[in-house]
Amino acid sequence: MTSALGKDLLGLEFLSSEQIRLILDTAEPFKEISERSIKKVPALRGSTIVNLFFENSTRTRISFEFAEKRLSADTVNVSALGSSVQKGETLVDTARNLEAMRIDMVVIRHGASGAAQFLADRIESNVINAGDGLHEHPTQGLLDLLTLRDRFGELAGKKVCICGDVLHSRVARSNIWGLKKMGAEVAVCGPRSLLPHGIEEFGVTVFERIEDAIQWADALNVLRLQLERMTAGYIPSSREYNRVFGVTRERLERAPHDILILHPGPMNRGVEIDSDVADGPHSVILHQVTNGVAIRMAVLYLLAGGRPELAEAAKGGAR
Amino acid sequence: MSSQRPILLRGGRVLDPSRNIDDVGDVLVSDGRIESASGRIGSHDDAEIIDCDGCIVSPGFIDVHCHLREPGREDVETIATGARAAAAGGFTAVCAMPNTDPVTDNQAAVGFIIRQAQRADASRVHVIGAISVGQMGERLAEFGEMVAAGAVAVSDDGKPVVSAQLMRTALEYARSFSIPVIDHCEEPTLALGGSMNEGIVSARLGLKGIPSEAEEIMVIRDILLARRSGGHVHLAHMSTHGSVELIRWGKDRGINVTAEVCPHHVSLTEERILSYDTNAKMNPPLRTAKDVEALRNAVKDGTIDMIATDHAPHHYDEKEREFADAPNGIVGLETALAVAVTNLVKRGHIDFRTLVEKMSCAPARLFGLPGGTFAHGSPADVTVFDPQLSWRVDPSEFLTKGRNTPYAGMTLEGRAICTIVGGKVVHRLASDGANARQSRASSG
Repeated sequence: MTSALGKDLLGLEFLSSEQIRLILDTAEPFKEISERSIKKVPALRGSTIVNLFFENSTRTRISFEFAEKRLSADTVNVSALGSSVQKGETLVDTARNLEAMRIDMVVIRHGASGAAQFLADRIESNVINAGDGLHEHPTQGLLDLLTLRDRFGELAGKKVCICGDVLHSRVARSNIWGLKKMGAEVAVCGPRSLLPHGIEEFGVTVFERIEDAIQWADALNVLRLQLERMTAGYIPSSREYNRVFGVTRERLERAPHDILILHPGPMNRGVEIDSDVADGPHSVILHQVTNGVAIRMAVLYLLAGGRPELAEAAKGGAR
Repeated sequence: MSSQRPILLRGGRVLDPSRNIDDVGDVLVSDGRIESASGRIGSHDDAEIIDCDGCIVSPGFIDVHCHLREPGREDVETIATGARAAAAGGFTAVCAMPNTDPVTDNQAAVGFIIRQAQRADASRVHVIGAISVGQMGERLAEFGEMVAAGAVAVSDDGKPVVSAQLMRTALEYARSFSIPVIDHCEEPTLALGGSMNEGIVSARLGLKGIPSEAEEIMVIRDILLARRSGGHVHLAHMSTHGSVELIRWGKDRGINVTAEVCPHHVSLTEERILSYDTNAKMNPPLRTAKDVEALRNAVKDGTIDMIATDHAPHHYDEKEREFADAPNGIVGLETALAVAVTNLVKRGHIDFRTLVEKMSCAPARLFGLPGGTFAHGSPADVTVFDPQLSWRVDPSEFLTKGRNTPYAGMTLEGRAICTIVGGKVVHRLASDGANARQSRASSG
């Protein structure tokens, strides 16, 4: 059966606004499940899901695992460490083996851009991209959209600026596609050495000064500065980065209106974001984490063929 | 390759830009040499007659840039399979790059390839020796001994010559042997980690890009070093519109620079990678429509001297992996002609005369190779191709061991019907191809 999302969720670039809205709407009733004492519904009972993590990840893997367990799926976690991947098994061999085990879904995190599509093209199971290289991280993009929608009510017309290392960020790409499709205005801000060449062709505004971005934006999605970027020579130091591009309370206080602060985590406090901003009244960072489970439940549920109107009914199954 | 039965190629369009011939007529080959190539030749009782009606009969194509993988990776290609694939593609001669294992950087290695090519008994295989020992970019290889053993050029292809001083020395030293120095133009620090063109598509796909400037910086460096040294620099696989402008600048000043373009760079753009298809991954990478247009114009106006394949076979499982980790390169010997006919000639960018000039006459003339002409007494290296024959690319039918092509499943026009090397037929299109040709003829 083909779901309303198709076979796989590989990125937001090729989802329609209707499909994105469907995922966000489907996530709404799933939020409530996490609030219960018995956090479980039988929607995916009997389904087998493999979480295939070729890159270290804590929060994304745990979030998916919670989502799967709350939908009553049977899950297996495979990490590259200690797996046959370390013995030289290729991704295509891994895919063939998984397929032979008759699994239903694969959640894949991989360091290579396109790895999720590579897998999806070769196996019958549903594939969910949990982050592929520098390409996309669609469930992170969706949970950001849901968090913004929770606060703003409607995304159309809202101004969102993605700040920091856009060049190496799969979160940024998913955010740009998702936000634009939902009618938001999107900007990026960071040193030019950390912005993709030709980023303007994505249809986004570019700010080279964080102060200008703060004057413009309704929300800032602050990206983590990866320390290896400094050793690779993209920026001189984390200290200078904080002084020139850091999202600080002093800078935010000069904004013409309140600005929502998002961050996909994990944060480098005192580098791209100061602690009093991360923990301040405008931060929705922990709300993002909560929404992450609901979004992943919605995606799993929809890809498994669940119909949105049944999501409400699925809630009742555990009662 | 002599003392064979004469061959009379009858009734084709005889096209030899080197002698300004473009007439419907016959070509007579005798004792491995061109006997006659003008007008109608009367009955010739003992000759094998090949009907060339509707076909173009031209001096044999010469590919100055291919990778035959032997020695070292005979599982991927051998000199024999490469030479047979070349013949099937209409090439009467190919030049094998030295990035083998071990590297072709000495006279013994050159001699090995020449002996293997003689055993293959298909298209001629010329040898390109390495510029530096082991292609390490540190110490000049023994050009003189390699040339004495049969090498026709030097290159570290697969790797750029990073040291400007080494490149300068190579250009100066190569003058003693009248051979071109071929460079793979890539500034390595800019290209580091890149797997496709840098631009909007790489930004979308999250793949690290290789900017055009990585090529262009080395192009202008090499042109300036050629001016300083007086050597002949040949720039391999040009891919950007900026490179074209720089080459034009150099040629306008009389600098001894020649350049080649590959069929894929004049027919495909970076959008071909949107599905992460590793069969479209090569180095230099596919670029933008603007680059493709500039390269096509450069072929037309003479800025680009020749068309070369950069034939680079890989095992299917080496390509069957994550895009950034997959090896660069595609096979090209059996599709080059059709890709060029379909994308350059049929779209009106160049005529068949220019095509033959770029694929035969210019490579022979500029690299000092036999062939490339129908002059009386020259080696009987001949390509007969049907410019109208349309065919669907099916990699499983290739004679190369490689199946890595971005043209799989595409319908292209133009195909070699017959390839003659030294007066001997080394390729005839199989009967299914002949049937297709028949079907083309009867339908129209």
